[in-house]
Amino acid sequence: MRAQFVLSEIGVGLRRNLTMTFAVIVSVALSLALFGGSLLMSDQVSTMKGYWYDKVNVSIFLCNKHDADSDVNCAKGAVTEDQKKQILSDLHKMTVVEKVTYESQDEAYKHYKEQFGNSPLASSLTPDQMQESYRIKLKDPQKYQVIASAFNGRAGVQSVQDQKGILDNLFTLLNLMNRGALGVMALMLVVALLLIVNTVRVSAFSRRRETGIMRLVGASGFYIQAPFIAEAAVAGLIGGGLACVALVVGRYFTIDHGMALSAKLSLINFVGWDAVLTKLPLILATSVVMPSLAAFFALRKYLKV
Amino acid sequence: MIRFDNVSKVYPKQTRPALRDVSLEVEKGEFVFLVGSSGSGKSTFLRLVLREERCSHGQVHVLGKDLARLSNWKVPQMRRQLGTVFQDFRLLPNKTVAENVAFAQEVIGKSRGEIRKSVPQVLDLVGLGGKEDRMPGELSGGEQQRVAIARAFVNRPKLLIADEPTGNLDPQTSVGIMKLLDRINRTGTTVIMATHDQNIVDQMRKRVIELEKGRLVRDQARGVYGYQH
Repeated sequence: MRAQFVLSEIGVGLRRNLTMTFAVIVSVALSLALFGGSLLMSDQVSTMKGYWYDKVNVSIFLCNKHDADSDVNCAKGAVTEDQKKQILSDLHKMTVVEKVTYESQDEAYKHYKEQFGNSPLASSLTPDQMQESYRIKLKDPQKYQVIASAFNGRAGVQSVQDQKGILDNLFTLLNLMNRGALGVMALMLVVALLLIVNTVRVSAFSRRRETGIMRLVGASGFYIQAPFIAEAAVAGLIGGGLACVALVVGRYFTIDHGMALSAKLSLINFVGWDAVLTKLPLILATSVVMPSLAAFFALRKYLKV
Repeated sequence: MIRFDNVSKVYPKQTRPALRDVSLEVEKGEFVFLVGSSGSGKSTFLRLVLREERCSHGQVHVLGKDLARLSNWKVPQMRRQLGTVFQDFRLLPNKTVAENVAFAQEVIGKSRGEIRKSVPQVLDLVGLGGKEDRMPGELSGGEQQRVAIARAFVNRPKLLIADEPTGNLDPQTSVGIMKLLDRINRTGTTVIMATHDQNIVDQMRKRVIELEKGRLVRDQARGVYGYQH
């Protein structure tokens, strides 16, 4: 196989179908940018869920010695060992409770660090500022009120939170957006693949003289098909490259600069650059493989070997 | 070289077979004319040899291989031992003479050194030395057909198939092409040529195979175009 010969054939082919090639590049770029965006959105959701989200329904936060000054519920001071034992045994008596997990201050600190590791708030925090808590899994997630009425206002309890309930609304919205993005992506991908099939058909037709001669002198099927597949792969790769650029630029302007969401919404932990960069190889690989496959199957139909 | 055993070919959606029960053998080094009116089955015969089509009944052997049992991916290897020339030349208009000939070697992965050596050689053989850099459009019909023959012969095929190679040429030019094919035949290459050209067949006095409505009606050594009783 002579590489130079194949490369020059690809160049000729891409230039001959310039408008079609351009359409392929744009549609591949759009669909893969949406694909990458929706992957990042799922990452964002799981980042925000934190350590406990999927494991528990309700959390009972206990007073620490700092809360005693700042929180009315903790006016009587930090929680005592007796109070903790009492809460735990009460919890075990309740039929709605499936499982109770105790989180110490050190563990709370560790989980916080994992979730908000790179935020400025986390660096000034020490373990003794964290709260101990009981994390409760309910047999029926709707029964949050039972726990809340039993433990709210009890000595040593700072608050009872149904975190899942608060976050669920946000996550439902994000998931909807995500599905929307995936739907548009799927449509764009179908458009891209149909365009590739059509490009290959036009290309095979305009080169039927060459391929006819190739067949007669005994060029192998691979040799005849390779330029067409490579054409699709190169166009796809350019589209994939553009999608990568769009993702990087997109994150840069929405989170770091421009819209600067990370500064405006400092409580939310945004996905990092590593999340973006790990998506890029996947996008590039998809941008090469999918058009190549589309071209391969189109050739079976339109190019006799 | 070529053996047909009771070969019939029926194209899909056609009731009349294009070839009926044809049996014949072509030996290595022979020069064979294939004659017959349009629709007599000449093209089908050549397409079966090239394995562009498969026969419906019987067996086709080319170069010792049973084409019915030759798997698709081995067909290119088989075709590399065949050269093909057509009435309409089928040159690439945007490539020079030398590039057209080199194309046949490039696409089967021959090295550049090999191509640089064999292309001038074969162009000399067909009498086009010095016209390497001309475009096909600048050449006469006869010269274009010589380029096509050079392309068919550059890979040194064992069998050269010519489908009415003089069909578009005047008698004078045709004679030149026939001399060239004869010379190629003398190098040991088997030549099988479909033609309507009565003068050429009568002059050359080679083996003549005549088809009529798909049947083999005449197989005559040192024959002529029409019937002789």
